Amino acid sequence: MTSYGSYRQLRLSPQRTGVSKALAKDSPLWRLDWILLLAALALSLGSSLLVWSATRGRDNLTHGDPQYFLYRHLTNVVVGLVLCAVVIAIGSRRFRTIVPFFYAGVMLLLMATLSPLGSTINGAHSWIQLGGGFSVQPAEFAKLAILLSMAVVLADQVDAGEREFPSHRAVFRGLIWACVPMGLVLLMPDAGSVMVMSAIVLGILLGSGAANRWVVGLLVVGVGGSVAVWKLGLLSQYQIDRFAAFANPQLDPNGVGYNTAQARIAIGSGGLTGKGLFHGTQTVGQFVPEQQTDFVFTVAGEELGFVGALAIIALVGVILWRACRIARQATDLYGTIVSAGIIAWLSFQAFENIGMCLGIMPVAGIPLPFVSYGGSSMFAVWIGIGLLQAVRSQRPIAA
Amino acid sequence: MSNIPETGRTRRVTIRLVVLQILVLSLLATLGGRLWYLQIRNAKEYTAKATGNHIREVVEPSVRGEILDASGRVLAGNETRLVVSVSRTSLLQQKDGGKAVLARLADVLGMPAKDVQEKVRLCDAKTPQPCWNGSPYQPIPVTKDATTQQAMQIMERREDFPGITAQPTALRRYTGAEGANMAQVLGYLSPVTDDEVSKTADKSGLDRYLPADQIGRAGLESVYDRDLRGTAGVTKLEVDNLGRVIGTAGTVAPQTGNNLVTSIDARVQKVVEDNLAQAMADARNTFDKVTNRNYEADSGAAVVMDVHTGRIIAMASAPTYDPNLWVGGISGKDYQTLTGKDSNFPLLNRAIQGQSAPGSTFKVVSTTAAVQAGYSLDGHYDCPKSMTIGGREFKNFESENFGQISLEKALEVSCDTVFYGLAYDQWMKDGGIKPKKDPGDWFFKTAHEFGLGAKTGIDLPSEVPGRVPDRQWKQSFYDNNKDAWCAQAQKGGNSFSDQIARENCVDGYQMRAGDAVNFAIGQGDTLVTPVQMARIYSALANGGTFYRPTIAKAVISPSGDLVREIAPHEDAKFPGDQKLLSYIDQATAGVITSGTAAWKFAGAGWPQNKIELHAKTGTAEVEGKQTTSWLTTYSKDYAVVMTISQGGTGSGGSGDAVRRIYQSLYGVDDKGNIDNGKALLPAPQAELPKFNPDGTAIIKPASYTVDQATGAVLQAPVPFDAASAQSGPALAATFLDPMPPADGQAPYTAADAALEPNRGPGRGRS
Repeated sequence: MTSYGSYRQLRLSPQRTGVSKALAKDSPLWRLDWILLLAALALSLGSSLLVWSATRGRDNLTHGDPQYFLYRHLTNVVVGLVLCAVVIAIGSRRFRTIVPFFYAGVMLLLMATLSPLGSTINGAHSWIQLGGGFSVQPAEFAKLAILLSMAVVLADQVDAGEREFPSHRAVFRGLIWACVPMGLVLLMPDAGSVMVMSAIVLGILLGSGAANRWVVGLLVVGVGGSVAVWKLGLLSQYQIDRFAAFANPQLDPNGVGYNTAQARIAIGSGGLTGKGLFHGTQTVGQFVPEQQTDFVFTVAGEELGFVGALAIIALVGVILWRACRIARQATDLYGTIVSAGIIAWLSFQAFENIGMCLGIMPVAGIPLPFVSYGGSSMFAVWIGIGLLQAVRSQRPIAA
Repeated sequence: MSNIPETGRTRRVTIRLVVLQILVLSLLATLGGRLWYLQIRNAKEYTAKATGNHIREVVEPSVRGEILDASGRVLAGNETRLVVSVSRTSLLQQKDGGKAVLARLADVLGMPAKDVQEKVRLCDAKTPQPCWNGSPYQPIPVTKDATTQQAMQIMERREDFPGITAQPTALRRYTGAEGANMAQVLGYLSPVTDDEVSKTADKSGLDRYLPADQIGRAGLESVYDRDLRGTAGVTKLEVDNLGRVIGTAGTVAPQTGNNLVTSIDARVQKVVEDNLAQAMADARNTFDKVTNRNYEADSGAAVVMDVHTGRIIAMASAPTYDPNLWVGGISGKDYQTLTGKDSNFPLLNRAIQGQSAPGSTFKVVSTTAAVQAGYSLDGHYDCPKSMTIGGREFKNFESENFGQISLEKALEVSCDTVFYGLAYDQWMKDGGIKPKKDPGDWFFKTAHEFGLGAKTGIDLPSEVPGRVPDRQWKQSFYDNNKDAWCAQAQKGGNSFSDQIARENCVDGYQMRAGDAVNFAIGQGDTLVTPVQMARIYSALANGGTFYRPTIAKAVISPSGDLVREIAPHEDAKFPGDQKLLSYIDQATAGVITSGTAAWKFAGAGWPQNKIELHAKTGTAEVEGKQTTSWLTTYSKDYAVVMTISQGGTGSGGSGDAVRRIYQSLYGVDDKGNIDNGKALLPAPQAELPKFNPDGTAIIKPASYTVDQATGAVLQAPVPFDAASAQSGPALAATFLDPMPPADGQAPYTAADAALEPNRGPGRGRS
């Protein structure tokens, strides 16, 4: 790194414009984490083949156009990339200042979802139809809102140099900011997203350096809440069935255990190198439900085999590894907290989603980041990549 | 520097970030491990499950091979019927589930729409018959008797009948070639059961039964099922989660089964069947003076064997039935008719499954036994009118007394007392009622050497072994029945059977003098099958070789190439020497010229000096029934055996029928003139038929129709007018159908029957 002095000089020199400025050694492009970017891009583009394979024959979904989902998935990726670029361009420090507006916007969307404007898909009232076949799932953006608002609140005093760790009051306030959107999502009801949000909150508490009692407290509340929900019978029948099918993989393979049984058959029958793209019998025969979204991993397992499925896990691993690196090297606590939140978010979703396809986690409607078909999810994770890149390219304020 | 580092992180945060990173890594490692477990370690299991998930098999039955006679005439073939089938997979893809199509189909077929719908619905616990019990991916036959016009309507308007096919399909047909029935020899088919399908599911090739298979259940169809069946075609369909067909994963075309060439000659078979039926019809019109009523002639069998190979040229069993009743599934009513209590069991092949005492036809065995035991062929033996053995009187028929006679004469006139004497002498030598340690038992031993008491091994299923009531059998029979006998004895009744039970209870295991002497004349507990006797008399004819009887000659591929030949099999040799054989030859020829069968052969115009026949008659007594008629004969090339249960005497019951069979074989008319052109089979057919490239046999344009027609003229007791003589087939039918009673009765009066010496009260205590 060059010294701060020269940095200032170069920035102010008038002859540096256009391409030469963009390619200059100190331009933001040089400071991006290209490994992270390429890994996320590889996952997003590669998954378009999986989504295509899963939907090619589903005439009832594709309206007769086998490439319908392929094009839409690629469109989602492009939009995601644009959003990512915008976030990078705004820059971490400036984005921090507009978090309240972002938060407010998401809250409005969430409330609109709960109003008659929202619509119900698969039993959850968590969608807003935009017309033209497009719809928004605000819960995906709520994850970002929680992450950002907590980061702002928790890092405020620390980054100002007033404290070494966030104060109890700051943590408390951060949790309040998190609980409001979580409550709204729970009303939809979308328990899966709430679980992801809880994971994000845990990640933030860890990354912010908040007192251990908060971390332990959150875990206790999480476990206690789960037990209470179970004991009080607040779970729906389908949720109980999912747990039952998870606990006993042999249970009712034609009923509650159907999804997981078929997913395991698809993955297991793939073998080392898979049956070849578009040649998976389970996929072509549409034996696995929701295969382009929640169970998209089974397409990889069946058609690309152990090699392909492991590549997906590895790419997720690369993204998380880079994110950890960014969290460690962030110039301010805000950046660390944002990175830690994103790590918790992506890793929880990836583990839960792949784990459920492999039969080591109960079924929950949680998409696989970058891979599952779905605009909101794709946009949200690319904004996440943008935030990580912004944190990375953020230069420290001169001491 | 303040305590806030430049990077904005404290030591606590750094540690926690490392913890987070380790956590993330271990989660990912967990996923990788599980992935390996599923995809590498358990790949086989899940591959099998995936295959079971999406592959459904549709079976296209193979065309079954044909069963041919020695000249290539089709005995069991296939008939093409137009079968209209409905594909359920196709129906389900239609908007209304195929209702409109089925209604149109019902209209074309002239069936009620409801019937058609019921036929194509799937069977389940709540659905009563009719319904489809097979695989839902298998085309479901709606009718097997569509007319060409109906098929055309369906196939020309394909757009109106999606999923409906009208296809010519091969169904088994027992052709009745040349009028031969052969029901019991050919056997029949029936569909495999669900049980058989699931039991053989993990096998492959011919060992695996597929749902549409028809399996031979009896006769040649059963024994040569693996040759005839062929392999069914299997189309593997890929289906999706809703069972919709989305592709084909491979097709194996069905392979037609091989053809079976038999040694049967359909024309001879027809003659034998008709003559057996005729003989039985005649017997029913003949008065039995012993029981004071006409003979029952409830069943009968006849066998014609090629003496040089043991091959069967004709085999008839009565009563018989129409084997086509089984085609396309037998109806419950027909099944009841064939198997019910009052059916008289026409499914039984009495040539191999009917057993009875052989009577005097057994005396060739006894003669051989006597010579084996050391009695001289040149000696003379007393033939008194009766003998008293073990306190019981054993008589000759009509108490005839022939004085001192040779064994040859004893065979020819069927003198019982000579054989009683010999058997008694042997029984005494073996220690009598207290047998010595190693008794000679020449009579039993020889019977075993002749293959009695054992299956001949003919290529037909469920053959019975008959019985040689030797010491061993006596003992086991006693062990099995002792309790019943003793219980009956306890009651203290005085009837004949009570007395027997009393004796048997005490010493039923003993070989008594009565048992021994009864055995010597083929009475008592002795049981033989017609095919066993045909085998024995064939050996006498061919110089002493016992062949295993066979019906199949060769397996021929559908294109006419030889797959495998079924060669004659020598089982054993005649235990005596050539001198004894020629001695028996002479004696049995004497039966034709001057003995018990003379009145039906030499006396009925048989040209014995040109075509030498040999015979032995038998009239076996059966407790509580009329006598069994046996006639065992042979010529240079053929052995012909006929037996009729409750059919009268050997020559009286079967003589005419057997002579007519020889007449047809050699082309002999009633006056004894021989016309080789009219002979059906002057010598056994050794060669296999020739085949066209398409696999059909080349049948010489045989003059058999003429043969039969002229045969009919020759045989007919009443001359036919010129007009009917010209129409061959009609004449043949006249001859081959049972003759009206008036014609048949004449030669069989009670007075005539008396010419045949009847057996005396030579009955064991069975």
